[in-house]
Amino acid sequence: MVLKIENVSKRFGSFTAVNDLSITIPEKEMFGFLGANGAGKTTTFRMILGLLDASKGKITWDGKPIDYSTSSVIGYLPEERGLYPKLKVRDQLVYLARLRGMNKQDALAELKIWLERFKVPEYLDKRVEELSKGNQQKIQFIAAVLHKPKLLILDEPFSGLDPVNVELLKSAVIELKEQGTTIVFSSHRMEHVEEMCENLCIMHHGSPVVHGSLKDIKRSFGKKNLVIHADFDLSGFDNYPGVTKVKRTPEGVHLQIEGEYVAERILKDIVGKGFIRRFVLEEPSLNDIFIEKVGASYE
Amino acid sequence: MNNFWIIFFHTYLSKLKTKSFIITTIITVLIVVGLANMTNIINFFDKGEGKDTIAVIDESSTLVEPLQQQLKASNSEIELEAYKDGEEKAEKAVEDGDYKGLLVLSLDSEGLPVATYKAMSISDSASVTAIQTGLQQIKTQMAAGKINLTSEQLAKLYEPVEMEQIALEENAKTAEELNQARGLVYVLLFVIYFAVILYANMIAMEVATEKSSRVMEILISSVSPIKQMFAKILGICLLSLTQMAVLLGVGYISIKRNLESMEGGFFSVFGFGDVPVSTIIYAVVFFILGYFLYATLAAFLGSLVSRIEDVQQMITPMTMMVVAGFMIAMFGLSQPDTPFVTVTSYIPFFTPMLMFMRVGMLTLPAWEPILGLVILLVTIIILAVFGARVYRGGVLMYGKSNSFKDIKKALQLTKSEK
Repeated sequence: MVLKIENVSKRFGSFTAVNDLSITIPEKEMFGFLGANGAGKTTTFRMILGLLDASKGKITWDGKPIDYSTSSVIGYLPEERGLYPKLKVRDQLVYLARLRGMNKQDALAELKIWLERFKVPEYLDKRVEELSKGNQQKIQFIAAVLHKPKLLILDEPFSGLDPVNVELLKSAVIELKEQGTTIVFSSHRMEHVEEMCENLCIMHHGSPVVHGSLKDIKRSFGKKNLVIHADFDLSGFDNYPGVTKVKRTPEGVHLQIEGEYVAERILKDIVGKGFIRRFVLEEPSLNDIFIEKVGASYE
Repeated sequence: MNNFWIIFFHTYLSKLKTKSFIITTIITVLIVVGLANMTNIINFFDKGEGKDTIAVIDESSTLVEPLQQQLKASNSEIELEAYKDGEEKAEKAVEDGDYKGLLVLSLDSEGLPVATYKAMSISDSASVTAIQTGLQQIKTQMAAGKINLTSEQLAKLYEPVEMEQIALEENAKTAEELNQARGLVYVLLFVIYFAVILYANMIAMEVATEKSSRVMEILISSVSPIKQMFAKILGICLLSLTQMAVLLGVGYISIKRNLESMEGGFFSVFGFGDVPVSTIIYAVVFFILGYFLYATLAAFLGSLVSRIEDVQQMITPMTMMVVAGFMIAMFGLSQPDTPFVTVTSYIPFFTPMLMFMRVGMLTLPAWEPILGLVILLVTIIILAVFGARVYRGGVLMYGKSNSFKDIKKALQLTKSEK
């Protein structure tokens, strides 16, 4: 069961929200979908769910287009959170699960297990409007996964949660993945994506600017980070050949360099000048790549 | 269970259980029971007050007796009491609350009665009118006596002209039937009017609530918006029928229990004694179709707003249309066969009220209401198809969206360019 997005474009009038996007997501994989605000992530999700028709191209799950007949195998956590404020957690989650083809008893039993897992069993008979925002989010997450979907789409699942709850939700997502759920998720928090996804895609103005496995992306990015902490003066890197970015810290400098060879040269230059506390060559973080690819156009 | 029925029952049951719905129903039931028992209630309060006593200073001393008899004959509860201690003391007594008022009677130069009525306030027109009518009778008799008319001759003089209305058209409604029909149509028009406004509002609110709370996005990813829209419309329809059934049931029982006390009163005017079955059937049919027309319209208007606050603004044009239809129908009650009413009764937004009014009041050839119903049905279908498309796009649109331009935008969202 593969989710295939083939040459998909979406236009709203003269505005192109998504431009020629092709992604294949194999079964049981967690796929990271990144992009600045307005990059076309939510539009893509809505097209995957069949809420919007693609202007061009097609999207298939297991070789078939996704429509309301397949809604029982799909789970969706929208970015804009929302539940019926006046309904009790029990009533609304059972209702939503039934709409996705579950029967009443199973839905209720499953709901109790999830509430237990998130350490909030007492919410069963509370109205949603009585809960805090973070707790509403947990309930919303349960609403997306209660019916055991095969394909789960999470739009910003961790926004607005405290670190403890982020861990709680993260472990739940990872467990779902291990149980065989295909997960597509978007986030602004690069470290989450780095931690959880093997493959990812960065969208920019509707087009994928980076796409592939995390390792390949980092390797092909080429640039590396160099951290130097030393007792002597570390200025003078601004115009050093091969250095693309300089950031001063109280203890030294963080440099972005074009490749390992630059680090070698720098090391030769500074050896003998004094005591070097730290000299570390690091892989670029996803954050760096994102800022490089997407942020450039903002400046 | 099919998703359609899940939404249908969810809408119905969750609305049925809301406090506002239960309270409204109870209040309306109380009003219905109150109206049906109106005579009893008025009697109950009157008993406590007892009779009104009015002091009378009769300068001619021949008027008090006949006036009291007249008042008795007209079932008035006014008690006259001759007062002997002079006008000033009598006024004082009225001020002290011993009497309701002071009536000074005398004869003028021609020997006919003249009266002055004094009371703390002259807001109570009922007793003044009763006294005046009584005095008028006495004056008429006295004047007639002066020109030597017997009371038989007098009665002849006041006898109303005999005039009978007969409609020549075959099957035409007799004047009596028409009066009955008018009352019934009047009441049913009110029911249709209020129900359409009330429940169409409810649907628009429901859709807007789901949209503004953003639960809509989950809903439409599970069930097609078109299915949702119709399940919701039907769910609220069942709700409205439930409420109607409760009200009609309570109304029927309390009217039946009080029927004897109301014989010849309010309700016989409205022709409830013998209701033509066809009128009731037409009322139900036009009620349901009218409901569907406005409910579909309300659902798709509701899908265009993103905040609940904007709902009222959005559906105001629709409400205006219902009000206009109701106004024309009210005007048409007295002249149901004017061309204006005939023409407007074919405009689908007015058909539920106007065509029903005409069917109830006139003897129409069968094709007329049928044509009206067909036009109405076609409009509902067109509106449903169009509305469903707007709904599908509308529920995904957020932001400042409360203009009719958004209909176009919503349609664009739905359009697939395959």
